[in-house]
Amino acid sequence: MSTTAPQKTRRSARARAEGRLGWMLAGPAFVIMLLVTMYPIGQALFDSMFSLRLTAPDERSFVFFDNYRVVLGDPAFWQSMGVTLFITVVTVLLELILGFLLALVMHRAIKKLRGLARTAILVPYGIITVVAAFAWFYAFDINSGGYVNNWLSWIPGFNPELNWFAEQGTSLVVIIFSEVWKTTPFISLLLLSGLAQVPGDLEEAAKVDGATGWEVMRRVILPNMKAAIMVAVLFRTLEAFRIFDNIYIMTGGANDTEALSLLAYNTSIGRLEIGLGSAISVLLFLSVLIIAAIFIKGFKVDLATGRNS
Amino acid sequence: MRATRVLAAASVVALAAPTLTWYINPDDGGQARIAAACTDAADGAYRIETSLLPRDAASQREQLARRLAAGDASLDIMSLDPPFIPELAEPGFLDEVPEELQQTDGIVQGAVESASWDGELVTVPFWANTQLLWYRESVAEQAGLDMSQPVTWDDIISVAEEQDLRLGVQGALAESLTVWINALVASAGGQILENPEASADDLRLGLDTDAGRAAADIIGRIGSEGLGGSGLPTADENANMNLFQGEQGSFMVNWPFVWPAMTGADPEIADDLGWAVYPRVDAETPAAPPVGGINLGVGAFSDNPDLAWQAVACIVQPENQSEYFVTDGNPPSNAAAYDDPRVQEEFPMADTIRESLDLGVPRPQTPYYNEISIGLQRTWHPPTAVNPDSTPASSSEFILAVLRGERLL
Repeated sequence: MSTTAPQKTRRSARARAEGRLGWMLAGPAFVIMLLVTMYPIGQALFDSMFSLRLTAPDERSFVFFDNYRVVLGDPAFWQSMGVTLFITVVTVLLELILGFLLALVMHRAIKKLRGLARTAILVPYGIITVVAAFAWFYAFDINSGGYVNNWLSWIPGFNPELNWFAEQGTSLVVIIFSEVWKTTPFISLLLLSGLAQVPGDLEEAAKVDGATGWEVMRRVILPNMKAAIMVAVLFRTLEAFRIFDNIYIMTGGANDTEALSLLAYNTSIGRLEIGLGSAISVLLFLSVLIIAAIFIKGFKVDLATGRNS
Repeated sequence: MRATRVLAAASVVALAAPTLTWYINPDDGGQARIAAACTDAADGAYRIETSLLPRDAASQREQLARRLAAGDASLDIMSLDPPFIPELAEPGFLDEVPEELQQTDGIVQGAVESASWDGELVTVPFWANTQLLWYRESVAEQAGLDMSQPVTWDDIISVAEEQDLRLGVQGALAESLTVWINALVASAGGQILENPEASADDLRLGLDTDAGRAAADIIGRIGSEGLGGSGLPTADENANMNLFQGEQGSFMVNWPFVWPAMTGADPEIADDLGWAVYPRVDAETPAAPPVGGINLGVGAFSDNPDLAWQAVACIVQPENQSEYFVTDGNPPSNAAAYDDPRVQEEFPMADTIRESLDLGVPRPQTPYYNEISIGLQRTWHPPTAVNPDSTPASSSEFILAVLRGERLL
């Protein structure tokens, strides 16, 4: 898969034919993808310039960037941004550490147990997010007989009457735990494929040279799977930034736990303020683009090959 | 062969009768039974099919408003939660109520008010809900409280303080919190919205008043003294019922659905259960209990509005209302339905409910109800942080800024 620059200037007839075939095969899908993604994005951009309320369709008026001024000037938006960033950073860090440990377990497990280990680790990822969110909610909710407080009652100083969803801190703990539980398998699978790419002879050579286990990990394994780690972190960061389900179900945005997606939802769907809501959605989209750009340009993640160029 | 012929014949009949879709809120199956009964009674003129809406009122509104805004013709009949009716009536999403259904004699006052917008009946009352004060007779007895006389919030707060018991009130960030705030403000002689028919920029709120401060004082006291239990900031009506049934249960404000639920779950508690009209804020002023319920509207884009109104007329008959009360626990909006002997037998508190419905004050009737309600919830939650000196004023300021489009919710 190595294409080098000089060849690009004068491609052979065969390369050109291959290129054409490639476009013919992928083209229709590409066009459809553009249609289904560009149309809603374009519509959102358009709507975001209007003061438009779904239940007052006759009062629609063009306000240019005024919706953005309102959104960006509102502490509620920045509060949401802060919470979203906090959840993103904490979950991705936790998932990276746990996911790596799980990947190691899957990688090193003896042949007989490997299948079982993979299945067991993947189960949470197979559960629908909304269902998982409800399961976590009911486990912690004291009004519907959550059992977690009972489990934790042995901890000295723990208040068995603790209402997890009554404060920002404790709500975020549950939200983050459920998110980590749910998506760590995804990151560990990506890391497992990275682990499998590390050539076994390199590891052996390092061991022969007297490297300790820790040194092998730090100097051989991690550098060789940097690309896989970056791809995993990029995907998860983009996903975590758009967190919605858990918060919607557990707190509904109470106690300052309203993430950006939920704010956009509440504004466009709840309040039916299409203009303001679209402006928030566009800003959310821009944030995601910025994150992706930072990763791809800043850390030089090459998504096409999964390698650092 | 024969089977296909029978099927074909059946579908011809089905095709001949236009199908009306009735969007219903979740219940115990009562609306589906009424739909079937009215389909039979129509004798082929129409067929009513029910379609289930989401569980909570806010999500029901979301779905209906979105569909109506898109001109959905499948919305023939809709079960509507009263506070959201002006929002749908104002842009002309609801079909006009025909002359013969404009008749409001015999319908309880709270239900008529909640079905109207701009001085006109825009929906037809189906059932009317109200909250009562439910109490444990043993607790009231020990406290020496005469429950045959009106009681005040101060009374029940001091009983809970003295006996270290919990009060059942709805403190969760949800519509039920607005219901509580509205009832307290109205009971104190105030009103949340002073000019409901004004445009968004000109609305005036009555929160930063003595009535608003009295309401904040009650919520703040129950919150900060822990009288609602540690579950208060997330407590909805079901959570209140569980708390009430527990060891520290004492008083609870709640809808009548708790009666069949509690008598079914724990007959012992049912023996100790008493009910009265909603507590007063001021000992001399009658309480203004919360009212709710469901009204029926017909979508403006329906293909068969005339048939839909015929079906509505069938659905809201007093017999159906009393039947629905008995099977599903939802009180009738028509006074005549309360005289049904089965109602009196199944719901010994039926007369108290009627009295409460006559006293009831609906939530603000305005197309901007959603903003006001969510704005109230945001600023009066959690109950532990409600302070009579600051909450009403800051809440008022915030909601007005949201209505002017200067703040997000």
